[in-house]
Amino acid sequence: MNGDPHVLLRVIAKFLIPLIALFAFYVQFHGEYGPGGGFQAGVILSASVILYSLIFGLNAAKRAFPPVLIRIGMSLGVLLYGGTGVLTWIQGGEFLNYSVLAHDAIHGQHWGIIAVELGVFATVTSVMLAIFYAFGSRQPSIEDQDW
Amino acid sequence: MILALPIQAVPTSPLISTLLLDLALLSLLVIVAFAIVRMRSLFAIVMLQGVFSLVAAAWFVTLDAVDVAFTEAAVGAGVSTVLMLAAILLAQRRTSYVPMKQQWGPLVAVLVAGAALLYAVPDLPAYGDADSPANAYVGTDYLARTAVEVDIPNVVTAVLASYRGYDTFGEVVVIFAAGLGVLLLLGFDGLAGTFRARVMGRRLSDPSAPSGVRKRDAGTEVVPRESDASGEGAT
Repeated sequence: MNGDPHVLLRVIAKFLIPLIALFAFYVQFHGEYGPGGGFQAGVILSASVILYSLIFGLNAAKRAFPPVLIRIGMSLGVLLYGGTGVLTWIQGGEFLNYSVLAHDAIHGQHWGIIAVELGVFATVTSVMLAIFYAFGSRQPSIEDQDW
Repeated sequence: MILALPIQAVPTSPLISTLLLDLALLSLLVIVAFAIVRMRSLFAIVMLQGVFSLVAAAWFVTLDAVDVAFTEAAVGAGVSTVLMLAAILLAQRRTSYVPMKQQWGPLVAVLVAGAALLYAVPDLPAYGDADSPANAYVGTDYLARTAVEVDIPNVVTAVLASYRGYDTFGEVVVIFAAGLGVLLLLGFDGLAGTFRARVMGRRLSDPSAPSGVRKRDAGTEVVPRESDASGEGAT
């Protein structure tokens, strides 16, 4: 018997974290049909990484979801959203009028909403994790008895 | 065209079971709020704030605002609880007792604000009112046109991403700006930039901002690793 008092916690978390991440993607890609969308999915995905970080340590989380990815993700999301608007301009419509994105106006709306929700997802996930990494790194990891 | 949500079908007098559930959840919210006010341990307060968010999320579900409930559960109970815990680690774990004579000002402010809110209550539309501003004007327009123009079942997504695309773009930029601000101030390791201060005429310059580390054991944990230091921190 080794000295890890959190073995149950770690085992259950290992089981739960992939499910939470999977649920985030479900919320993301099912957002047109059920509740949710890019914002909720982004928060849920970042919550799964935060849970991983709480149980396995911040450095492990930074290896799993590296800060480089965050820096790219948060700007890529805004660029994807704005770029969709610029694309509708190029196609001859108003800014963020997705109807011009495809031959069929309704298909254009679908494409536009999917692109925009992906942008929201990337930005929200990255920013939530960036804030957590920034604040979480400001103190040493604490021992159990400190609480 | 799955959109067949009959919004007119909301009964004018809500079902008695829904009413009881609403009352139970709302009184639970009030109880949790009073418990938060009376507590001294910040750790317990943060946990109770998570409970508050979770109960609020459950209440939003009974109001059929599932998207809002989702957000409340994920942000309020999940992420913000963790951020508050991280904030506690930088501060004291308990609040000190505030004597009553220092609390008259806040009490008056709370009473005035509460009286103003109660004064505004009669102007609110009744629950489920078909003529309320939320159920009239542009809201009904979105509901009617989403099925024809966007053709996705979740009207909330259609309004958020398509009809109100500008607003959502603004929100995304605000979130981006918030993340950018935190990263510029703290960095991914919480130690961005060079810390400079003037203390009693002496200029201090330090490669890292002061944090809780130094009070205990000087940086075994927070020393930035080589890979991180190349991109961040060492500016």
